Amino acid sequence: MSERLVTFPHMGEYWIAFETLVRELGATPLVPPRMTKHTLELGARHSPEFVCVPFKYNLGNFIESLEAGATVIGQAGGGCRFGYYAEVQEAILKDLGYEFELVNLTSSWSVGEFIADFKRIAPGASTLRIARAFAIAYRKAKALEAIEDRVRKSVGFEVERGAHDRVVSRFHQRLRDASGFRDTARLEETTLGELGAIPLDKPEQPLRVGVVGELYVLMEPFANHNLERRLAEHGIEVHRFVTLTSLIEHGIRSRPHVRKLLGDADPWVKYHLGADGTESVAMTWKLMQDGFDGMAHLKPFGCMPEVSAMSVLQRISREHTFPILFVSYDAQTAETGIRTRIEAFADMLAMRARGRTSA
Amino acid sequence: MRKAYLGVDIGSISTKAAVIDEAGEIVASSYLWTEGNPIGAVKRVLSELEGQLAAADDVRVVAVGTTGSARELIGSVLGAQVVKNEITAHAMGTLSLHPDVRTIFEIGGQDSKIIILRDGVPVDYAMNTLCAAGTGSFLSSQSRRLGIPVEEFGDYALRSTRPTKIAGRCTVFAESDLVHKAQIGYAIEDIVAGLCNAIVSNYLNNVGKGKEIEPPIVFQGGVSKNVGVVEAFKRLTGHDVLVDEIGHLMGAVGIALLAQSSGAEGDFDFAVREFEFQTMGDECGGCANNCEVVYVLRDGEFLDGWGARCGTGIERARVSASAR
Ligand code: SF4
Ligand code: SF4
Repeated sequence: MSERLVTFPHMGEYWIAFETLVRELGATPLVPPRMTKHTLELGARHSPEFVCVPFKYNLGNFIESLEAGATVIGQAGGGCRFGYYAEVQEAILKDLGYEFELVNLTSSWSVGEFIADFKRIAPGASTLRIARAFAIAYRKAKALEAIEDRVRKSVGFEVERGAHDRVVSRFHQRLRDASGFRDTARLEETTLGELGAIPLDKPEQPLRVGVVGELYVLMEPFANHNLERRLAEHGIEVHRFVTLTSLIEHGIRSRPHVRKLLGDADPWVKYHLGADGTESVAMTWKLMQDGFDGMAHLKPFGCMPEVSAMSVLQRISREHTFPILFVSYDAQTAETGIRTRIEAFADMLAMRARGRTSA
Repeated sequence: MRKAYLGVDIGSISTKAAVIDEAGEIVASSYLWTEGNPIGAVKRVLSELEGQLAAADDVRVVAVGTTGSARELIGSVLGAQVVKNEITAHAMGTLSLHPDVRTIFEIGGQDSKIIILRDGVPVDYAMNTLCAAGTGSFLSSQSRRLGIPVEEFGDYALRSTRPTKIAGRCTVFAESDLVHKAQIGYAIEDIVAGLCNAIVSNYLNNVGKGKEIEPPIVFQGGVSKNVGVVEAFKRLTGHDVLVDEIGHLMGAVGIALLAQSSGAEGDFDFAVREFEFQTMGDECGGCANNCEVVYVLRDGEFLDGWGARCGTGIERARVSASAR
């Protein structure tokens, strides 16, 4: 076989960390082409109709990458049905006639298996090399998250439109090239400094909204129609707590984490809802008590864990008159409808806040 | 000179406009069919308003707001100070008339919505743009099928003593159920009343699902003119349901109020309708997203564009506009 070209699904800007991971393992990464409508069309055309939308996006990424010459696909496990994604996608792609190897980074989280999977991505890599590659990629993911967290909270208040985006796109470029831990840490620090220097017009007590829901639509702006940014643009500080590294950390310490979530979600949820469902409830309940102005709950259409969470959230919203914007995404979700709803939601929060201060 | 504010609410079916003075009183208003041509409809609305204002003494429009599905397009055409979604606009307009309103039902020609308010502030809302079963177009198509003018529909319903049960979940089922009931000889009054019930229960089970519906309730939109549906709402919610003579203008009044409270002012001139506006659509083709970019030309010059996911789409539209 010719050169091994390793690809992976897109999710937000994490491709920078995935690319580093593959490179540090000693293999050649192939970053999937930028996500477009075409990606989704491709994925949807070859997916079972009723499968949730993250599956379709992933499949679209894989097809585009395979067309670009990828020979190895890394897919992650976790979630609920998400656990079976890799097998089904492998079968579909093989039926389409592609030749490739699919490495399923399973959800078992045993260190031994993990290392074995990585050795399949990069045969011949030593355990030490794998550990180092993972650690560097992890550090880059952390840096991405720190920057994005800051941007979510301040971009809605920038005086000059586009100031944040300029800093961020330079950051992405440099993060790609960052060679190790120290380089990444320094880049993170200087970028936070640059972001901090951007002139803001921010009120003393800005509106604050938390974003919760299913991990993929939360973290992929293309799939959620840029919901976080659109909220922010209405003068809102946007908070999100689910990130790739938080998921990995919680995956490793899954049992104590779920116990803590159930504690936070008390009295609303007694049993774990699966995937991110319990976290959606726990987070909402907590942020409401912290005085947040509202929440946005995002889910793929038909996503079971989040459907369960949603019915609880609706009760919280009703009983505590706490505004929650519910958005459900499928392959046909229309952009204009979402924009109108986000705008109405933001207006509603602003009016409520004004009512509070004048009362 | 008195300052005034123009609000325009342009939906796919009808276009509504209102001019309010500084006290929030309506000094001119207009209501007509959009007929698939929002720009044409707005021009007609403007000439009607100008005629009405000529009779009033010396009012000048200092700010414009637009809402409804064509709000962005018309916002650019009119140089609006405020462009806002119809939920906020309707809530503001209705509050100006009923400061204590807690629930707003709205059923229009092709969509429906519900807004929940508490203490004069919207706290929850939902809208339905997908299912036709709960909207005015379903009602008018069924009235045609039964051979009754839609204006008389409500009176038929009121004469019924025993409304027929019609499956209201879905247009297709409702339609076949209705045909069936008509064939086996149910009285037409009872079928019409059943249909009104079906629309209302469809509405309450869809957009109204999970919402805390409390009085005072205000019912708006084209379908609110149908007394049969109003009665069905009263029966099924167990509350009184208010319908205003000017309920159809609430979106326009609301957006005019928002234009006023924005504090922004500009030079608005009714002569804007003498310009030639042209809307164009193009696929950007800049990348695989192939965004459908819609843009508008004023006297052949690029004015504004929408639908592009990035700046490239608008730039390309601008270039192809000037190349024309
Ligand atoms: S968590 Fe939701 S989106 Fe993810 S696999 Fe399960 S059903 Fe699909
Ligand atoms: S507008 Fe931007 S995103 Fe859309 S097709 Fe053009 S280049 Fe691509």
